[in-house]
Amino acid sequence: MAANNFRHALFCAFITLIISYPIIGFNLEAQGINVTLTGADATTIVMVLLAAVIVFLFQMFREQIMGGLKSIPHPLPQSNKEPMAENRRAKIESWVLTGIVVLALFWPFFVSRGSVDLATLVLIYVMLALGLNVVVGLAGLLDLGYVAFYAVGAYTFALLSQYTGISFWLALPIGALLAALFGLVLGFPVLRLRGDYLAIVTLGFGEIIRILLNNWTTLTGGPNGIGGIPDPTLFGMEFGRRVKEEGNTSFHETFGIAYSGEHKVIFLYLIALVLAVFTALVIRRFMRMPVGRAWEALREDEIAARSLGLSRTAVKLSAFTIGAFFAGFAGTVFASKQGFISPESFVFLESAIILAIVVLGGMGSQIGVVLAAIAVTILPELAREFSEYRMLIFGAAMVLMMVWRPQGLMPMRRIHIELKRQE
Amino acid sequence: MLVLEDVHTHYGKIEALHGVSVEVKKGEIVSLIGANGAGKTTLLMTVCGNPRASSGRIFLEGREITNESTAQIMRSGIAIVPEGRRVFSGLTVEENLHMGGFFNTKAEIRKSQEHVYELFPRLKEREHQRAGTMSGGEQQMLAIGRALMSRPEMIILDEPSLGLAPLIIKQIFEIIGQLREEGITVFLVEQNAHQALNLADRGYVLETGKIRLHDTGKNLLNNPDVQNAYLGG
Repeated sequence: MAANNFRHALFCAFITLIISYPIIGFNLEAQGINVTLTGADATTIVMVLLAAVIVFLFQMFREQIMGGLKSIPHPLPQSNKEPMAENRRAKIESWVLTGIVVLALFWPFFVSRGSVDLATLVLIYVMLALGLNVVVGLAGLLDLGYVAFYAVGAYTFALLSQYTGISFWLALPIGALLAALFGLVLGFPVLRLRGDYLAIVTLGFGEIIRILLNNWTTLTGGPNGIGGIPDPTLFGMEFGRRVKEEGNTSFHETFGIAYSGEHKVIFLYLIALVLAVFTALVIRRFMRMPVGRAWEALREDEIAARSLGLSRTAVKLSAFTIGAFFAGFAGTVFASKQGFISPESFVFLESAIILAIVVLGGMGSQIGVVLAAIAVTILPELAREFSEYRMLIFGAAMVLMMVWRPQGLMPMRRIHIELKRQE
Repeated sequence: MLVLEDVHTHYGKIEALHGVSVEVKKGEIVSLIGANGAGKTTLLMTVCGNPRASSGRIFLEGREITNESTAQIMRSGIAIVPEGRRVFSGLTVEENLHMGGFFNTKAEIRKSQEHVYELFPRLKEREHQRAGTMSGGEQQMLAIGRALMSRPEMIILDEPSLGLAPLIIKQIFEIIGQLREEGITVFLVEQNAHQALNLADRGYVLETGKIRLHDTGKNLLNNPDVQNAYLGG
């Protein structure tokens, strides 16, 4: 056992050396027209060796370390506590959530513009993750191309505003409905697929949409993207310094306050907040409706679900359509926030991040997904000081998370009551 | 109640059922016995519309269901307890039962839930336990209970004794007898030929996709061929 461990650890350290030394150790330097290869200086070599030693030690004492990690008490030891009465807990929960939303409403007036902007992005991810949660967490359909629906929403607004001058408020339902339609269209061919096969088809679908947007230059502008997407207005009041569209008034003049660029940012944040809350409430409603139970039944056991008379077609299509609808929502807000979109914003990595949010949050759990969306969006920003290492830190955080709490931050709550002892 | 007329079923190019005719009358217990691979489960699945019969006709209470979708068929007064139980393991017993009454009103669900708990007091004890953590026998009871939740007129059981202890099997068969008393028609598919024929009003013997024998349960039990092939001499 120990010898085995030692050999394994030695091997891992060796791999670390041969991978990291050429990458970090060698430098290509251009001197005139010649490129020379220079070796690393002493400190780099020491660092590489140090890394190898760390890897060696970790692999050597892996079991102890992992064991120690697991024994750290969980921050939410729900499973050990006597569960509160269901309705009482629901009441407390809804009060707390209402409080948080109210706080979130006033919060942007006291913080910097940058934080509000970031918070808007967080809320967009919250919407996306809540939508994907329906497809992956509740219905159990692994969708790797979710970003396609996000793109449909964003491009619907961008294109309609470019060609017809549509406003944000009109584009919002149109974008969402069009995304839902795409969800329905994708749903049909994948009805019979499950698991890995479904994942591959959805992955392909996501890429098709992106490549289509990239190559259909005459319509979408291709990689150049679409700019000049209008900001949302408040009852015909614009937030810019000057009114762009005839018939509109400007916000700061109407209220007789000095112009400030922050107004627009805060307004967008508030829109995103309202839409995110709306998304959460609607999906929560769905979860309690028969269709929500049907999703779960299908996830648990397709054959059993069908034997009870549930229609596989209807259940899967409803999950895809509803999930896509909210991605369309998020896409429209995103387009409005950025003012410019290009296919680059809708690459596979986005799908992966949204999926990571759902998995990290705990499949099916809404509060967990919201927390994870906040963590996943803010963490890379906080780690900005480490600049090039931030993705590394992000990755490490995810690995630790999965080791420590594989069921997610806040796993979906099922009624869980300990059995009464039989006398 | 349920009539199959010369039903053929294919899996791709391979024919699994070569013209099967079966009739289950209202209020009866009919057993279908046969060896592994004889096509018993295929026959049941064909009734449920998955896979569809490639020729022949299937009637449920006089209405042809040959080309109806699985969802439609399963909502028309028929319920199936699938092979291997297939309870929703992550859901509690109660939630499983509620899934069974998916298309019923709340009041109906409450009523049938009580009824199921009367039939299986054991399930009442385990009401809030996750189905996956229960024993095989309890899961089988739950699967039957779940099927009963939709208040079916006919229940199809696919190998309810599979992998269970003899004592539990006896209980399950007692319950099946009780269902008949309540006026529910039972179509039972079993490898456990002795028990199944003992209980049945009539029985069918399926061999490589064809009905070999058809008689009352008692006669089949005493039939030397059946005894040789299915009852261990």
